Amino acid sequence: MNTVVTRLLRRNRAGRLGVLIVAAIMLIAEFGPLLAPYGPLSPDYPAARQAPTLGHLGGTDDFGRDILSRTLYGARISLGVGFAGVLLGLIPGVAAGLTAGYYSGGIDAFVMRVVDVMLAFPGILLAIAMVAILGAGIQNVVIAIGIFGFPVYTRIVRGSTLQATGQTYVEAAHAEGARPWRILMQHILPNIFAPIIVISSLQIANAILTEAALSFLGLGAPPPTPEWGAILSGAENDLVTSPYMAVLPGAALVITILGFNLLGDGLRDALDPRMRV
Amino acid sequence: MRGYLAYRVMSAIPTVLGVTIFVFMFVHLLPGDPARLMAGLGATDDSVQLVRHSLGLDKPLWTQYSIYIRGVLQGDLGISNRDATAVSVHLAQAFIPTAELTVAGIAVAMLVGLTAGIVAANAHNTPWDVALTSGAMLGISLPSFVLAFILIWVFAVTLRMFPTGGDEGAFAIVLPAVTLGVGAAATIARITRSEMLGVTSQDYIRAAHAKGHAPLAVILRHALPNTLIPVLTVIGLQFGFLISGAIIVETVFSWHGLGRLLVDAIGFRDYPVIQGVVLLFALEFIAVNILTDVLYAWVDPRIRYQG
Repeated sequence: MNTVVTRLLRRNRAGRLGVLIVAAIMLIAEFGPLLAPYGPLSPDYPAARQAPTLGHLGGTDDFGRDILSRTLYGARISLGVGFAGVLLGLIPGVAAGLTAGYYSGGIDAFVMRVVDVMLAFPGILLAIAMVAILGAGIQNVVIAIGIFGFPVYTRIVRGSTLQATGQTYVEAAHAEGARPWRILMQHILPNIFAPIIVISSLQIANAILTEAALSFLGLGAPPPTPEWGAILSGAENDLVTSPYMAVLPGAALVITILGFNLLGDGLRDALDPRMRV
Repeated sequence: MRGYLAYRVMSAIPTVLGVTIFVFMFVHLLPGDPARLMAGLGATDDSVQLVRHSLGLDKPLWTQYSIYIRGVLQGDLGISNRDATAVSVHLAQAFIPTAELTVAGIAVAMLVGLTAGIVAANAHNTPWDVALTSGAMLGISLPSFVLAFILIWVFAVTLRMFPTGGDEGAFAIVLPAVTLGVGAAATIARITRSEMLGVTSQDYIRAAHAKGHAPLAVILRHALPNTLIPVLTVIGLQFGFLISGAIIVETVFSWHGLGRLLVDAIGFRDYPVIQGVVLLFALEFIAVNILTDVLYAWVDPRIRYQG
């Protein structure tokens, strides 16, 4: 573990930048409300549509709300939805992948059929279809992101499990009389942790992107919510006259996604450069 | 070759069936009574009953599914409950604009991605490589709607080179196609670079250099073809993702394609149209994946003989 941290932080410039960005965004999510000069929802009509000034560093929107404050509050929602959505798909995904990879045969065929069907809906389409079924709203976006990520985790965990199951240590555990549950949890899972960590980091980036895209389309966070995609959607109508409205939420979104992508790449290089994730 | 194509098409059949089951189940997964949802808000009990009967929602699920599949096979995808037009008519109208956009997008992605990847690999560890690699990382992290805002602001509002949206005139496609293509370009550049780096250290490349071939000829004639197999896979996959990426790009640029049709239909709770677009997108994606695999087998005979 120590060598992994060393390799990530000392030898990998991109990975180090990823760690820094992710740490900064987490701090903003935690302390953003203390840093924000105004409330995220408090309207101030006389101050509407102001270009950036010392009082409003990011300018104000149609309702006179401070865009900097709204962007700072937005970190909480994006990180929260990102982590929750990934966890929601990761846990059943790991369980299904372990089972399919270890037992092969009928269970494996069935799980992989389901995964193939889910992966036949390209990119964001499955998440959009889920939200169309469940209705708009942040909670449903989390569920949609979970369902959307499930086949990705399942496929990777199944592949790694399949590889691990053929190894001598699994055979040895089996010969000792260990039960399948114990072999899966204590022998296989710790050995396939590397790809799970890497894919989780990359999927958090993906989840934050998906969440912002859904909110941008009006399928996620409802209007007054200070969510980056929703703020950008509000800024779209004023793009010609007040382009500054999009600058802070847009930058926050890009930097956050970049941070998790760099972290994921850095972790892959630190854990196993030959990993195909 | 033909055998491989047949095998690949056959093996996609279970996936296609699964997709139709998911899309068919769509209205049954909706919270509440599908007949009432289809009839719209404020419908009387009688009209809900009428809708239920006319859509066959009072029949057993299995019968409903077989009716649905028979309809799909005959191009009957139901009727939009917003304007009473056949869903297939909506899809046919919106298909061409989306196809144009997607093809233009993948053209941008391949041109930019392959060039950037080849240049970065051959300028390994120089500032060029660092700049292109960082650019590619930024490219995969840039949401299309943020990129669209930047492009609209620079090229439509400030420089007035292109329209801010709409699909009139030959130039209208430039900004949406670039927006759609950049993410895929970044992914293609990353894989091209890493594959090319793997190839350039091979003996046959050194032999080609030793024979005195021009450096560019060595890159394009000897190194590039050997990187193409993984690169082709990624291009195929990205082409599939562009199909759904169009949903956001079309919304930002007011492009009258399938993506916008889908977003509008969700707003109006026009479930038959939602089902139709989702089915079409998924089938397109499966078709693109089959084409990629076949292309892949055509380029590399080892694959088609494995069975």
